[in-house]
Amino acid sequence: MRQFLLRVRQHKLHLIMILPVLAQFIIFKYLPLYGVTLAFKDYRILEGISSSPWVGLFNFQRLFSSPDFFRVFKNTIILASLNFVFGFPAPIILALMINELRGKVFKRVTQTISYLPHFVSWVILAGIFMEVLSPSRGPINAALKALGMNPIFFLGNPDWFRPTLVVTNIWKGLGWGSIVYLAALGGINEELYDAARVDGCGRFQRIYHVTLPGILPVVIIMLILASGNLVSDNFDQVFNLQNDGVINNVGDVLGTFIYRSGLKSLDYSFSTTLELFRNLISLALVMSTNKISKLVGEYGLW
Amino acid sequence: MNVSETNKTYVKKMRPSHVYEGRGEWLFQGILIFIMVVLSITFLYPYWHVLVTSLTSPDAAEGSGFKLWPKVFSFDSYNQMFHTKTLWTGYKNTLIVVVMGWAVSISLNILGAYALSKKTLPLRGTFTGIIILTMFAQGGMIPTYLVVTKTLGMKNTYWAVILPQCVSVSHLVIMRNYFMNLPQELEEASIIDGANSFQVLIKVILPLSMPMIATISLWVIVSNWNAYFNCLLYITDASKYVLQIIMRRIIQTDSKEMTYAGELADQLETDTVTLRAASIMLATIPIICVYPFLQKYFVKGVLIGSLKG
Repeated sequence: MRQFLLRVRQHKLHLIMILPVLAQFIIFKYLPLYGVTLAFKDYRILEGISSSPWVGLFNFQRLFSSPDFFRVFKNTIILASLNFVFGFPAPIILALMINELRGKVFKRVTQTISYLPHFVSWVILAGIFMEVLSPSRGPINAALKALGMNPIFFLGNPDWFRPTLVVTNIWKGLGWGSIVYLAALGGINEELYDAARVDGCGRFQRIYHVTLPGILPVVIIMLILASGNLVSDNFDQVFNLQNDGVINNVGDVLGTFIYRSGLKSLDYSFSTTLELFRNLISLALVMSTNKISKLVGEYGLW
Repeated sequence: MNVSETNKTYVKKMRPSHVYEGRGEWLFQGILIFIMVVLSITFLYPYWHVLVTSLTSPDAAEGSGFKLWPKVFSFDSYNQMFHTKTLWTGYKNTLIVVVMGWAVSISLNILGAYALSKKTLPLRGTFTGIIILTMFAQGGMIPTYLVVTKTLGMKNTYWAVILPQCVSVSHLVIMRNYFMNLPQELEEASIIDGANSFQVLIKVILPLSMPMIATISLWVIVSNWNAYFNCLLYITDASKYVLQIIMRRIIQTDSKEMTYAGELADQLETDTVTLRAASIMLATIPIICVYPFLQKYFVKGVLIGSLKG
């Protein structure tokens, strides 16, 4: 105890330094945790959180008996799975290609270009894609028309909305996502390639036997991090691209549903219940992927 | 593996292997270059398309297809936008949020990370736990909304936009690890000279950490420039709208009501398409202009962050 007090005195100024950060966390991260009780209450705006009556699991009953919830939940899972299946390997493939490129300047220029979309918000990108994918003005549809096909309303047609979301999402994250893998590729020991070459491995065999195992640890860490996203949808993307044509079918996900039920319908309890449900699933997913990857190999996040 | 080591291997990486490669190598490189050129075009063309649209005379804007060059060149849409008060309000508010947000974020992060980098700090484990736990336990949108608006009464203030997001766990961890890797000797020397912790931080630690602080500053600035959600939640007073919110209103077409872009276009007697394109460009150009020069700092940061701490 004496030693502890001594350390406190020794680190007095350091403790003062950490206060603002702690205050920020307590006010904006921990204080709202109390509001999670809304999921078990019937929130009355005039009475506030603490005097609103408890209703047990009533909100969860409402959630599971709402047809909207299942539609939105299904959309979220489908969209996240598509994003995962196509979006996860894409930056790895790009990194492998960039890694094989010879021209130094060409390599740097293409990398720089590929990072650019990462820095532009979905608000702006939505505007850009509305122009480029427009059935009447867009170049893609002009090309389709020139080939004698019917124009496609990529953003307004329920059949095309999901593929469009997946492609635009990959487009935005592809270059930026490859950086981590490029760094890992740079760390692979050169001698392994020479050894493989001496053993008679061709280019693709070398990629398979040396390059891929070399970046595997990074791939697994990224995989664990990505697994939590299975239910936390790309809110910014869907929110900015959704429109009247798709909002009642494929164009609505948990994030946008939470937003609308909370701030448009002002059903605070329902919105909180939804979000609690989503966060719990996301947590379970990350934990179990971490567990599985620890069982399979020695890699784990914690 | 420490930071500088990885950066070095990343930069150094240039395989001399092609010496051994045969003729297939040329074909392989050719295909790769072709794919990369096509990819680069798909990355760049959308901006170009909008840029060309914005520079086309409103009367000629309805054409479709690939746009390589404006059919009828005109600055009208930009001229019109420059004369709207909304645009300047947006720039002003975004600037306030970006500058204030940067100042608050960077100072809180530096102070917190420096304290946490001290191995003998009392309760260090508890503090780290409090910080890490927030990655898993989140109140969510409505509970946070209630805290900000009801408990703190911050509705319609810039603070509501800045403060809820001003500290990030990943930035804290990256900074803390960076500080821990700095050589201790200089710090000890200045403590012997009688400097207190704040003086050590400002005179010794900060000058040594400039590259890392530059990277994190850029991240913070870009994310504040692009942020719209807090403003959407907490700001109802149109004179405090940030640029992204104004853009969202211009871009989003809502068939139920008259669009904001339409209203603006009517006021300005111009065409919605070119007006929208011009406003998109005005919100993007600042980023596109500084981006090529600062790009390497962003990348360096990802490499620092990708190392396990």
